[in-house]
Amino acid sequence: MSGLLIDNVSMTFELPDGGNVEALKNINLDIKEGEIVSVLGPSGCGKTTLLNIIAGFLAPTAGQVLLNNNPVKGPGPERGMVFQKGALFEWMSVRKNVAFGPSMKGMPTRESDEIVNHLLEVVGLKDFKEKAIYELSGGMQQRVALARCLANEPDVILMDEPLGALDALTREKMQGLVLKLWKETGKTIILITHSVEEALLLGERLIVMAPRPGRLHKEYNLPFAELGVGADLREVKKHKDFGKTRDEILSMIWDMEEEIMGRTENAA
Amino acid sequence: MFITNPDFLAEFGFALTTSFWMILGIAGIFAIYLLFSAFFAFLNGLLTKGKEAKGFGSLKTVTFGDESAVVANRIASVLGVLTIFFLWGIATESRLLPFSLPGPFTGDSQFEYMARNAAGETDTGTVYFRVYSRDQEVERLEVEDNSPGFAKDDAVTILERRSAIVRAQNNDDGGKEDGYTITEINGQPVEADDVVNIEGAEVLFTKRGSFSVRPNQGMTMEALFLPPPEKVWATFLDLNANGYQGVSLWENVFWSLARVVIGFGLGCLFGIPLGYAMGLTGWLRGWFDPIVEFMRPVPPLALIPLVIIWFGIGEQGKISLLFLAALWIMTIAARSGVSGVNISKVHAAYSLGASKTQVLTRVIIPNSLPDIFTGARVAMGVCWGTVVAAELVAAEKGVGKMIIAASKFQLTDIVIVGIVIIGIIGFGIEVLMRMIEKRLIPWKGRG
Repeated sequence: MSGLLIDNVSMTFELPDGGNVEALKNINLDIKEGEIVSVLGPSGCGKTTLLNIIAGFLAPTAGQVLLNNNPVKGPGPERGMVFQKGALFEWMSVRKNVAFGPSMKGMPTRESDEIVNHLLEVVGLKDFKEKAIYELSGGMQQRVALARCLANEPDVILMDEPLGALDALTREKMQGLVLKLWKETGKTIILITHSVEEALLLGERLIVMAPRPGRLHKEYNLPFAELGVGADLREVKKHKDFGKTRDEILSMIWDMEEEIMGRTENAA
Repeated sequence: MFITNPDFLAEFGFALTTSFWMILGIAGIFAIYLLFSAFFAFLNGLLTKGKEAKGFGSLKTVTFGDESAVVANRIASVLGVLTIFFLWGIATESRLLPFSLPGPFTGDSQFEYMARNAAGETDTGTVYFRVYSRDQEVERLEVEDNSPGFAKDDAVTILERRSAIVRAQNNDDGGKEDGYTITEINGQPVEADDVVNIEGAEVLFTKRGSFSVRPNQGMTMEALFLPPPEKVWATFLDLNANGYQGVSLWENVFWSLARVVIGFGLGCLFGIPLGYAMGLTGWLRGWFDPIVEFMRPVPPLALIPLVIIWFGIGEQGKISLLFLAALWIMTIAARSGVSGVNISKVHAAYSLGASKTQVLTRVIIPNSLPDIFTGARVAMGVCWGTVVAAELVAAEKGVGKMIIAASKFQLTDIVIVGIVIIGIIGFGIEVLMRMIEKRLIPWKGRG
């Protein structure tokens, strides 16, 4: 079986004062190859912890993650990461950043250069190949981050709020780019976001998580990602189910936040 | 307890009073300097009045408190430096200026005294004195007095700013007898310890009946304390051509710089890997933490005695001192460079298939360069300060050695040339480091 299997994963952090925090409890998720999954939830629901476990930066206290039937033991090139910001290497040019993965494998520059040229074309930065990272705008930097991740040919791309630091217009353009890349490359993508709209637009499957303990709350199968490929995302948002689902999820998250607030107030 | 000891209190009180007067003097000179500044600011205001300032910042209405709107006025910088030279010039009778503050009295002057001998007779004698300047040939003043009275005239030749004791009674007839006394100076009755002002000098009538003639000091500084600018420049040219004590000026500079570069280089060689090790493994951080944290606040100069005891006064002593000065700074810089890496970068590198070695060489080391450079700038500054101090203690060659040797012969001009050279080189090192930094790590502060 190929794909990503999250098998009964739990994560408990020990606090310095002796207490425990259940960041994740019994998470089971089966993600098929080529799926784009968005993960949504109030802050503190463990979505970043889950992503870090899939990436291999954290080892779960129970359960395991299997990629193509191989257990995940640590970070690896088959699982690419795109971070919110600050993960590019400022001391390298755009070209060297994108070629980082291939060059780690010992690929000669001549070969990696073809990949770089192709990917920069795809993300629309072909004229910026020799520029320094700090000369690019925030949106351009995230395009480089996407290209760098793709250059390594990962099976799964993990995105941790990749568009969170961008302004609204740039963000919309980048959402289109993510959908385009997903369709063109056929990669499995797991995307964490705070924005309900973004989760709806970019998730074939949308997973809502709930906090304390972090767990899967509700799952949706949505048509919008498919509809959005190559289309105007503003049109997609006018789809009759879009607004309805958005409101439903919003009030769901709203209730969770309320509950957390209430609990904190009672404790105080 | 020493605090209640009256001797201690007196000593400490004396320390406080003397520093108070010294600070007052410095504040006075500073106040004069500020007056010049105010005067030029006023002139500058008059001259630029009506001319509109240009540039984006000129449209800002709030400038007081907006740091970015405050730009150093270069006219003020130039005038500020010129004023220092001007004050230096007028206080040292510089020949570069057409005028100066009133200098010390030179030339001939005289005063009269009246004496009464044992027999009760009175007579007047004259004391002639000639005050000569250091850079002039002087003809000694002589008098011959054939007057009938018992008080005979005296003559004395005095170097400018110095005083002379005149025992007028020595050549007076009966001057050694009991009952001989001097009663007046220039018609003014005097007793012991009285001071009489005369032209060009003041005369103190001492308890032992002699005159202490003190020519007027004027308001200028003696070259021993502060030579005029042209003298310092001439000394520089002389040092440049002939060196001092058989060592050329640039050889002195070379030795100081070489010690700094070697000591600093060794400090980097050991400090940077140590810092990386401390940033990367918990064991080594724990192992070295106490030493580093203890040694960091110890000023290198405090180590000089120990270093001399251990290594002697040779080169290895000075270089090991500079090594120790640079070592801890570079260790801490490298350590914070490693700790300062954004964890996303490290995660990204691992996710792109990098090995530990590759993460170290491609991510951690380049990422730490800005911190290492900041540390290197500080370390170079500290090393340069330390080398001069170390040479003051013991050295054969070096700028610090040159100025301490010159100070022993009161060659203030050489000391000042040395200080200026030390300052210029220190500034040059800083500028050079900044240029290298800009070249090597253009991304600094823009990540």
